Amino acid sequence: MSEKEQVITPEVFDHLVQLAALELDEEQADYLRRELNSQLSAIRELEAIQLDPETPLASHGVPYDGNNSPALREDVWQACEDVEAITRQAPQFEDGYLIVPDIPHTPLE
Amino acid sequence: MELCDLSAVEVRDLLLEKKVSAVEVLDACQARIDAVDGRPGTLEPGGETKEDAQRVHAFITRTPELARAQAEAVDKQIAAGEDSGPLAGIPFTVKDIFCVKDTPSTAASRILANFNAPYTATAVERLQAAGALMLGKVNLDEFTYGSSSESSAFQPSPRNPWDTTRVPGGSSGGSAASVAAGEAFLSLGTDTAGSIRQPAAFCGVVGLKPTYGRVSRYGLIAFGSSLDCPGPLARNAKDAALMLQAMAGPDPRDATAATLDVPDYLAALEKDIKGKRIGLSPDYFQITFPQADGAYSQQPVPEEMRAAVLHAADIYRALGAEIVEDVPMPNTRYGIPVYFVISRVEAASNLHRYDGVKYGYRTQQAVGELKDLYRKSRGEGFGLQPKLRILMGMYVSAAQYSEQYYRRALRVRTLIRRDFEEAFDPQGKYRLDALLTSTTPTSAFPIQDVYGDSVLMQYADQLTVPANHAGVPGISFPAGFGADGLPIGLQLLGPDYSEATLLQLTHAYEQASAGAEWRKKRPAVLEVR
Repeated sequence: MSEKEQVITPEVFDHLVQLAALELDEEQADYLRRELNSQLSAIRELEAIQLDPETPLASHGVPYDGNNSPALREDVWQACEDVEAITRQAPQFEDGYLIVPDIPHTPLE
Repeated sequence: MELCDLSAVEVRDLLLEKKVSAVEVLDACQARIDAVDGRPGTLEPGGETKEDAQRVHAFITRTPELARAQAEAVDKQIAAGEDSGPLAGIPFTVKDIFCVKDTPSTAASRILANFNAPYTATAVERLQAAGALMLGKVNLDEFTYGSSSESSAFQPSPRNPWDTTRVPGGSSGGSAASVAAGEAFLSLGTDTAGSIRQPAAFCGVVGLKPTYGRVSRYGLIAFGSSLDCPGPLARNAKDAALMLQAMAGPDPRDATAATLDVPDYLAALEKDIKGKRIGLSPDYFQITFPQADGAYSQQPVPEEMRAAVLHAADIYRALGAEIVEDVPMPNTRYGIPVYFVISRVEAASNLHRYDGVKYGYRTQQAVGELKDLYRKSRGEGFGLQPKLRILMGMYVSAAQYSEQYYRRALRVRTLIRRDFEEAFDPQGKYRLDALLTSTTPTSAFPIQDVYGDSVLMQYADQLTVPANHAGVPGISFPAGFGADGLPIGLQLLGPDYSEATLLQLTHAYEQASAGAEWRKKRPAVLEVR
């Protein structure tokens, strides 16, 4: 694929990496950008389909109605039986708090 | 034949007749694992040895003490004449994408390598409540992202028991390999694009993707939330029926778990298939392959796959079924492009929770602020395949591209669903009970042959993924061997909640082909011991 045909340019890619909160080395970045462009060329197959604008979006395959899905219920508070089983999974947990590095404060514009 | 090579139903009967104990059954499986599995997958660096290349490597974590305690409890219940459950004493494995309390639940990823689940997934809980013995957690593609199990962060990744130079398929590769190698009678897998059916086909076992919502997803570490389906891998249809029976049904902890009653799957197996309408579609005899120049070509499925489908159709016809040819499924070819969009958006959304703060991996590097912690933890914790899915998911769902990609893919998903609705419509032209296809475009490919080419790898799922978009159930079952000596799998797809019919048709094929010469063949890892 020529550089010209690549939709994900280095600039677009860097922006995505920032949004995704990922840190990549150069080798990883080269591989991932190449594969993203390859996948987008496969996705372009969809452009050939003549779509009726009335065609609904399908967020899932099987339709859900009153016959196969539960009725909405009230929220019910339930105590966690073993809080420590959850909190001990945290990389840093002290005095009931999850510990994280500094969170810089940015003034709202 | 050893005890661990029998079917789950055969072993259950031996247990109930008190001809063997659950501990003996467990010991037989543990001995088989010790003999053929080799070392479990690990994060430790280091290449594979010559011996590694001849082993299965299905496991990440074995839980022998837990299994033994369960087996002893089952033996006590049976001795006391108590109801020990429909799966009492049957060893099974769990794809390491399910949470099991106090057990490492890794998703085959470095980012969850130290995570001990504080709760148990509904499907696992129900299998254990039915008396099944959990042998451990088996390997998979990282977060299920792949079709060969090679992307696991835990290496060595699983190998195909029929030929250890080949992949077992994926992402439920450890599941399929463990069942095929006689290490376990049953395995719990998941299917998002074919991840139960494709490895089942590659490893010569039965794999059932239930209707979306038939089995609860509670406790399943999510990939594509609108596509993921837990389901059984087993040696035959009867075992798969037994396992599905124990797992299926409503779950107040999963709002998408269907509230419909669960039929008696075992009883359905014995029904006559006379009059069943089984379809063949020209669109499932075509496969799409990406070319080196970036173009896509369509070509017929390999002749041996086509012949296996037609031979099965002949068997069904001889049993009284009606074969309906030329059923159009025109949107089949768009299954992969649609999947490239929808699954990535859902994966990206689901992967945002891994941040190095609440649980899982945190970077050991010094960081100045929270965003650095996120970037470094995620950068070090995720492998390439999760990163690829996050980036693609974010791109195609971005506000400026959403109409072009994501919303368009959701509309094409509607068209794929309509193909199935028209084929299965009881008042329609075709009125099918099931569609018969090849499960995969090829047999198991060599390790390292495809890995790294994310597009080619995805196209391994092209015949299975439409069922995930549509939500309909599908089953893969063994149908002989190709010229390369590797298993060939066939697929039956049916209307929503028609698992009983798919199991019935699979069972009928098994009965009709029980005497076939190919059924005597054993996996290579069992022959060389």
